[in-house]
Amino acid sequence: MADFRWDWIDRHSDDIASATVEHLKLVGMSMALAVAVAIPIAVLVRRRPSAIAVATGGATILYTIPSLALFAILVSIVGIGPTPAVIGLAAYAVGVLLRNTLTGLREVPAAALEAARGMGMTGRQMLFRVELPLAVPGILTGIRLATIETVAIATIAVFVAGGGLGELIFTDGIQRDLFLTPIVAGAAVAILLALMLDVLLLGVQWLITPWRRKAGT
Amino acid sequence: MNLLADTWNAFQANDGWERVIEHVKLSLVPLAIAGAIGLLLGIACAKSGPVGGFLVSTTGIAGRLIPTFAAMALVMALSSIGFWPAVVGLTLLGIPPVLLNVAAGIRLADQGAIEAARGMGYTGTQVLGRVELPLAVPFVFTGLRTAAVMIVSTAALAGAIGAGGLGITIIAGFSNNQDDVLLAGAIPVTLLALAAEGILVAVQRLITPTGLRRSRRQARLTGRNA
Repeated sequence: MADFRWDWIDRHSDDIASATVEHLKLVGMSMALAVAVAIPIAVLVRRRPSAIAVATGGATILYTIPSLALFAILVSIVGIGPTPAVIGLAAYAVGVLLRNTLTGLREVPAAALEAARGMGMTGRQMLFRVELPLAVPGILTGIRLATIETVAIATIAVFVAGGGLGELIFTDGIQRDLFLTPIVAGAAVAILLALMLDVLLLGVQWLITPWRRKAGT
Repeated sequence: MNLLADTWNAFQANDGWERVIEHVKLSLVPLAIAGAIGLLLGIACAKSGPVGGFLVSTTGIAGRLIPTFAAMALVMALSSIGFWPAVVGLTLLGIPPVLLNVAAGIRLADQGAIEAARGMGYTGTQVLGRVELPLAVPFVFTGLRTAAVMIVSTAALAGAIGAGGLGITIIAGFSNNQDDVLLAGAIPVTLLALAAEGILVAVQRLITPTGLRRSRRQARLTGRNA
């Protein structure tokens, strides 16, 4: 059984740092793409139960596709590199975001909508000044859950030459005769990143939803 | 259409059916063991007060944070590459979703029904077996479905590392840059995952107590992390 070798960590701290930065880039780009897709879809379908069923059903089927298979299918379409990784990661995040955004929009009190209508707001004004601001907690919960998942799944971007912490786990670890040290390092950094992003996003949520603080969230 | 024909040829040229059978074995064995262990641990956690609650929340957090790919790599680095190490890793990964859902199902069981059963003179075991567990069936199946899809998916990663199954085909496609071989691995894995989900939904319908049938199917969409 192999031992953990701190000297390898010392000698490869640059590699670990660059893999971490690549990983964060993958996560950041995927989440940006997922938010840009999921929120408009949620807004479009929010008042039509049949459209909601189609959108969430589609997202669930997409979510069921095994990650390596989804990445492989994407490679056959867009080729190898970070692009298939970002699209694949975003596809999984869309499902989580869509559900949470819809929940957030559904929880907007009918009284708030009535009041806005009574003040003479147009549909667009109601959406941007009432519905979306009140849905922010739901949206942020979705972003938090999806980000943690994306940090974990992004470890397999290495299979499509997408870079990231999977490089440590696969290229430096598995492929070098199951060398334990980089595998542990890759896993540990991935877990730390997920934890840090979770705390960071909780902080953001606390800062931008002052009206919810008394509830203890 | 041409790509489909190529994919079918690549599937046959790369021992497709053999890989499918390996993949099914690599998924079914861990799912069965994880289902049994998760069910027992879930009941134990639900029945053991605050300690159980703590275990449940710890399992939930660990299950979300630890990348399944990293977990598989770790298990193999600590043992070896092969079918049984993969089974061990996949079993470990399959336990949390079952455990969490079973514990939640028992905790959320209708207190009125439990009181009524006690009033009728049921013992603790009878209450568990005839009231709490039947009421928890939708939760148990949500856990099993999550575990099944996760295991089929992660088994592909185990295969990519060398444990057998369709992951081997996908990796061959990547290293030779052949789209038809990629799809000859990716499409069957996807169909296996969808089939696992579909079969478990059908079984759930069959064994859900009639009174619970109208309650909606539990949403999943949590628990994927590779």
